[in-house]
Amino acid sequence: MTTYRVAGKGRVDTGQPVTFTFDGKRFEGCAGDTVASALLANGVHLMGRSFKYHRPRGPVTAGSEEPNALIGTRRGAGQFEPNTRATVQEIWDGLETTSQNKFPNLKFDIGAINDFAYMLFSAGFYYKTFMWPKNFWHKVYEPFIRKAAGLGVSPTEEDPDTYASRNLHCDVLIVGAGPTGLAAARAAAVGGVNVVLIDENVECGGTLLSKPNAEINGMPSWDWLAAELVSLRSLGVKIMTRTTAIGYYHQNMIGMVEKLTDHLSDLPKDTPRERMWHVRAKQVILAQGALEKPLVFHGNDRPGVMLAGSAQTYLNRYGVLVGKRPVIITSHDSAWDAAFDLADAGADVRAIVDTRETVDEELQSQARMRGIGMKLSHTVTATSGRLRVSSIRVNPIDDGKAGDGLIIPCDALLMSGGWTPSLHLFSHTKGSLTWNEDQTTFLPKDTPEDCTIAGASRGLWGIENVLIDGASAGVKVAMALGKESQTRQHKVTHDRIGSGVSQIELPTDKSSGKAKAFVDFQNDVTAKDLRLAVREGMRSIEHVKRYTTNGMATDQGKMSNINGLNIAADALNKPQPQVGLTTFRPPYTPTTFGAFAGYHRGDHFEITRKTQIDSWAQENGAVFEPVGQWRRARYFPKRGEDMDTAVGRECRTTRAHVGIFDASTLGKIEVVGPDAVEFMNRMYTNPWTKLAAGRCRYGLLLGDDGFIRDDGVIGRMSQDCFHVTTTTGGAARVMNMMEDYLQTEWPDLDVWLTSTTENWSTIALNGPKAAKLLAPLVDGVELTEDAFPHMSCAECTVAGMPARLFRVSFTGEIGFEINVPAPMGRKLWETLWQAGQEHGITAYGTETMHVLRAEKGYIIVGQDTDGTVTPYDAGMGWAVAKTKKDFVGMRGLMRPDLVASNRRHLVGLLTEDGTKLEEGAQIVFDPHQAIPMTMVGHVTSSYHSDAMGRPIALALVECGQNRMGETVYIPMPDRTIAAKITSTVFFDPSNSRVKIPSGEML
Amino acid sequence: MLLINCPYCEETLPEAEFVYAGEAHVLRAETPSELSDQDWAEFLFIRQNVKGVHFERWRHFHGCARFFNAARDTVSDKFLITYKAGEPRPNLTELAGDAT
Repeated sequence: MTTYRVAGKGRVDTGQPVTFTFDGKRFEGCAGDTVASALLANGVHLMGRSFKYHRPRGPVTAGSEEPNALIGTRRGAGQFEPNTRATVQEIWDGLETTSQNKFPNLKFDIGAINDFAYMLFSAGFYYKTFMWPKNFWHKVYEPFIRKAAGLGVSPTEEDPDTYASRNLHCDVLIVGAGPTGLAAARAAAVGGVNVVLIDENVECGGTLLSKPNAEINGMPSWDWLAAELVSLRSLGVKIMTRTTAIGYYHQNMIGMVEKLTDHLSDLPKDTPRERMWHVRAKQVILAQGALEKPLVFHGNDRPGVMLAGSAQTYLNRYGVLVGKRPVIITSHDSAWDAAFDLADAGADVRAIVDTRETVDEELQSQARMRGIGMKLSHTVTATSGRLRVSSIRVNPIDDGKAGDGLIIPCDALLMSGGWTPSLHLFSHTKGSLTWNEDQTTFLPKDTPEDCTIAGASRGLWGIENVLIDGASAGVKVAMALGKESQTRQHKVTHDRIGSGVSQIELPTDKSSGKAKAFVDFQNDVTAKDLRLAVREGMRSIEHVKRYTTNGMATDQGKMSNINGLNIAADALNKPQPQVGLTTFRPPYTPTTFGAFAGYHRGDHFEITRKTQIDSWAQENGAVFEPVGQWRRARYFPKRGEDMDTAVGRECRTTRAHVGIFDASTLGKIEVVGPDAVEFMNRMYTNPWTKLAAGRCRYGLLLGDDGFIRDDGVIGRMSQDCFHVTTTTGGAARVMNMMEDYLQTEWPDLDVWLTSTTENWSTIALNGPKAAKLLAPLVDGVELTEDAFPHMSCAECTVAGMPARLFRVSFTGEIGFEINVPAPMGRKLWETLWQAGQEHGITAYGTETMHVLRAEKGYIIVGQDTDGTVTPYDAGMGWAVAKTKKDFVGMRGLMRPDLVASNRRHLVGLLTEDGTKLEEGAQIVFDPHQAIPMTMVGHVTSSYHSDAMGRPIALALVECGQNRMGETVYIPMPDRTIAAKITSTVFFDPSNSRVKIPSGEML
Repeated sequence: MLLINCPYCEETLPEAEFVYAGEAHVLRAETPSELSDQDWAEFLFIRQNVKGVHFERWRHFHGCARFFNAARDTVSDKFLITYKAGEPRPNLTELAGDAT
């Protein structure tokens, strides 16, 4: 096979080759490889360019914490995923991958010129460099920065994949299936509780996968792992791999994303790409392990420089040597073990460079045994090699200073600065942390959740230690759930428990201003940037973070946070806990929008409510508009008509003959009970006691602050039953408000409230021929002015259907609203439509409804009112009862501001030159005043009125009702329009048209 | 997402079933017109915005639809107790005693 694959090593299937492409070039890997391991097996370290300086980069880790090796993965149109970590993406036959942030290609990138302008791009460079000239930001700087910086490019096509979401309830959720999690799962499951064990990796085992030499209870670790998984499954443990716990929320709710298809060559049918799990666990055990810390030195970002533990993982798990002539630079014992593993697999380990003066004699003798040179008390001061490390410069450390350097050629540099416990999910719980001086890191302390953190996550090292800790965590949660359990004995041989020291930047003989010693690889933040931020006055780690962007990349500082903190603390000359750690926030790893959206896309993004008559409107060419969640017919254009023409015709026909309108979306609430009238008296401004059964009244609903909330016609069907209508958008709000007052302020009232919006289909018939059309179809009511005058209501039958019939008008014409049981809506509509043909009937939509009501000065709550309008402002003082003891809003109407003399009143406006005003346009009294002008109101409604033959408008104008006939001005971008203040009623002010003529033949 | 105990349903259910309804024990006077402008303004607009234990109203909107009261710690976001509308404000020191 390829030159870097080691026969007999790893868990990949060398008998099953897999081919994929990287930047168009074909590569071969094995089943079980990640993109990174397969490329490394082919000797490729260069996988990307960095964010700011476009420096060549290769993988520094072997897991989800990878900051460098970000690639785009593509399956087909719309199935492109930028910023995928090559270290976790499994390969499959036909996978297309591309590197990012390079032009024209990865090996020669023009943007790398930024690297030479390093001095310009230091911490805070955005704030300093792009200050002046001010107007350059939008036109020059921002477009340039946006193009130059950044990571992958978003796909432009729609994502054809599907995403699912599920709920899961369990006794115990264990995050992380390394030795800690496995031991915890067994202890908990033996106790008889229901356990879910998850791991973000393809397979369980965690660190065991990289440590095949360890023996657990006499078994090689991989055999123990296999047996343990069988045993856990038989105990009923639900094991989920490729599943990442992305966030830990209140009361043990954990969000998890399961990747289902990203590793498959052939997509199965009906399988979502990812599934978001909403887990509610009684107990949670966090066993996320620890992450290795990089060392900070000049050139530590060159391809081929990698964490020692990750090199060990590539070797033992994937059978890949990351280099044939590696050098180790470390301050921790664990890198020595990595060196031994690589040497034993045939690598020529050139040297182990350790910053410490003394190292465990046992390790030294093992190194000697393998013929590996050791350089204790040494540092690395430089690396070279354009696209991959080819040599390093090693210097002795004397009294903290670097002595004369020596060049060691190599093809990989493996570093270790010790290990940092993974505290991300623990921090999501608002868990408190405590600084551990010995390990120079934060360890978990208390959490308010039912959560136990175990193993390396709490700073324990060595397989045996974490097995024991995991098992006791499992026993603890079983007991917390009222079950008994016990730990098993765990004896581990060839366990490696190392120790080490923590370093800030490694000592160097280079001028510190010139050293490019990276702390945050993904955001290109160097140690120099952090020290500069402190020099420039940043004191809190939160400020240092934002000024330098350290830890703000998509890896959320998994590699950089502790190194950044140590360096900032050193620069501030303060202990680390006083400088503090930045907050980890969900998600733990980058998560697709698809996983969050789940099923809520396309038609399922938001519900569309449709009436029973909607289908007729659709079939008859209606143009729709959304109103709240409803889809409503806006107008019904005939062939060749635009909206204005169609609306003009609908208005004209309705005023001349008859129009039919689907009013089913109106909110409807049934108010029933012995105290119904008292309740209505208290809720609405109007008096209700004397309203007779069979009559209706326009009702006005205020908030307790005195402002209009809603309105609608209310019919008294019987002594103890009111049929309340509300605005379309306000139905749920009004119902909630009524319930609130009824349940909490007046629980003594004997009243029931029922939302009946969806129970009725409501059809409005308006026009001079409305009664003539309807009368032959109605049984039980005589449609004459005397028998059924305007503002009457009755239960009757219409076209054989049980109906509640209202004689109301929102147009100023003779009007009826017919309510029938909802499913009969379309049948009634068609019956009326048929019967109306001889009367010249037209169907009209919301636009015509708006014009006709504006001609009559009828308000639309929420359009002509905006939550600061009182009934008096709206010219509807007549709707406010004068003798009631109380109603909602009565006291509010007496507030000083609401009785002030300068309130804005609703008035009509007629433009002098006959132009139609813009809704929302601001109004001034004096068009010649200096800018900024004093604005005295705005246009709320504006239409072309067919009946008036000119545009009309409604507006709120300061003291408008006292300014009838005066001229106001509406300044527009191109000119100023003059308009005269008029009454709000433009058409038929005497209301003569709502009467059914007495001599009319029915 | 919080878990909330509805005192009417006597069940602990996910937050998605509930809607928040503002501070609790803000009493609307029997006859508001008798209140001074100052008192009425306080009733309408002045809320405590507590850091710590906050008495507040919730509605089991997608369940029994009842309004009820709760004491919730706004720092830890933990519910100390929920109780029916109209019931008196529970004694906090007793609650603290229960918690220990």
